[in-house]
Amino acid sequence: MSAPYNAVAPDTPPVTNGSGAAAIFSAGVGCFVLAFLAILGDKSALVKGSLVFYKPTGPLSGVSTVAVLMWLFTWGILDWRWRKKMVAARRICAIALALLALSLILTFPPVADLF
Amino acid sequence: MELTERALWTLIHGMGFGGLYLLACSGALVGLYQLTATPTSPESTHGYERFVRLYLITMVVLAWAAVLSGTYAVYPWYRAVPPPGTVDLSMFPQRLLMSSPATIGWHSVGMEWKEHVGWFAPISITMVAFVFIRYGRDLRNHRQLRSAVLAFGLASLVAAGIAGVFGAETDEYAPVRGGHTIQFIQEETK
Repeated sequence: MSAPYNAVAPDTPPVTNGSGAAAIFSAGVGCFVLAFLAILGDKSALVKGSLVFYKPTGPLSGVSTVAVLMWLFTWGILDWRWRKKMVAARRICAIALALLALSLILTFPPVADLF
Repeated sequence: MELTERALWTLIHGMGFGGLYLLACSGALVGLYQLTATPTSPESTHGYERFVRLYLITMVVLAWAAVLSGTYAVYPWYRAVPPPGTVDLSMFPQRLLMSSPATIGWHSVGMEWKEHVGWFAPISITMVAFVFIRYGRDLRNHRQLRSAVLAFGLASLVAAGIAGVFGAETDEYAPVRGGHTIQFIQEETK
């Protein structure tokens, strides 16, 4: 009789959820940093100027570069900390999804203009 | 039949990378759902799982190619500033859109949203691909992770859709043109 599909072989350690939770949470953080910097750059001339990493593209170059670096940095740190652990995935995923939803809303210009 | 260099890059960015990514999105969501949320036997899904991994990696490449080509190749042409006194704004799409109350919204809402929201697609799909490659079908045993992965996948489709729609409409009203002219077919005039 074949083993049930979901069965874990006795010599296989259970896969922890830490690595997945780290990837999901950091993706939420990356999206939120991008939305936050986009608004900040729009409101402050000083920030806008400092976000021009590549002149032809303007502040978008800095907004996207900083967000991607923050995303990868958060991902690396969290993966290192959580990789071998079982973490509170429900809460972590809920925060990540909230950050993602907030990011989608905050990048919508009529909403961003409210700040 | 000819096309300018900038128009060709806009096509590669929008119809090539972006269009293919959008087409692939719904397939990825269905594949992920089938493999991680429905009961299937390992024999029937082993090859399919490998296929979905390759499919997701291709999507990651397409998403990054779309945002990088858009941000660093096409967008600088879009936002180019005309010299003072320029009357013909056809080579300066952003200023052309801003010159009329009928079209300014395509820049102030459309392009302003597109240029930021588009970046959510590669970030999301890279995470989705990583988690799927890391966990595979075992993702069905991590319900919260699976739901979040599917939600981020859906958000990536929405983000790419917003970027695609506004990109296409913006280019309709103020196309990115200029650069060398590439001639594809030359026909004699009758």
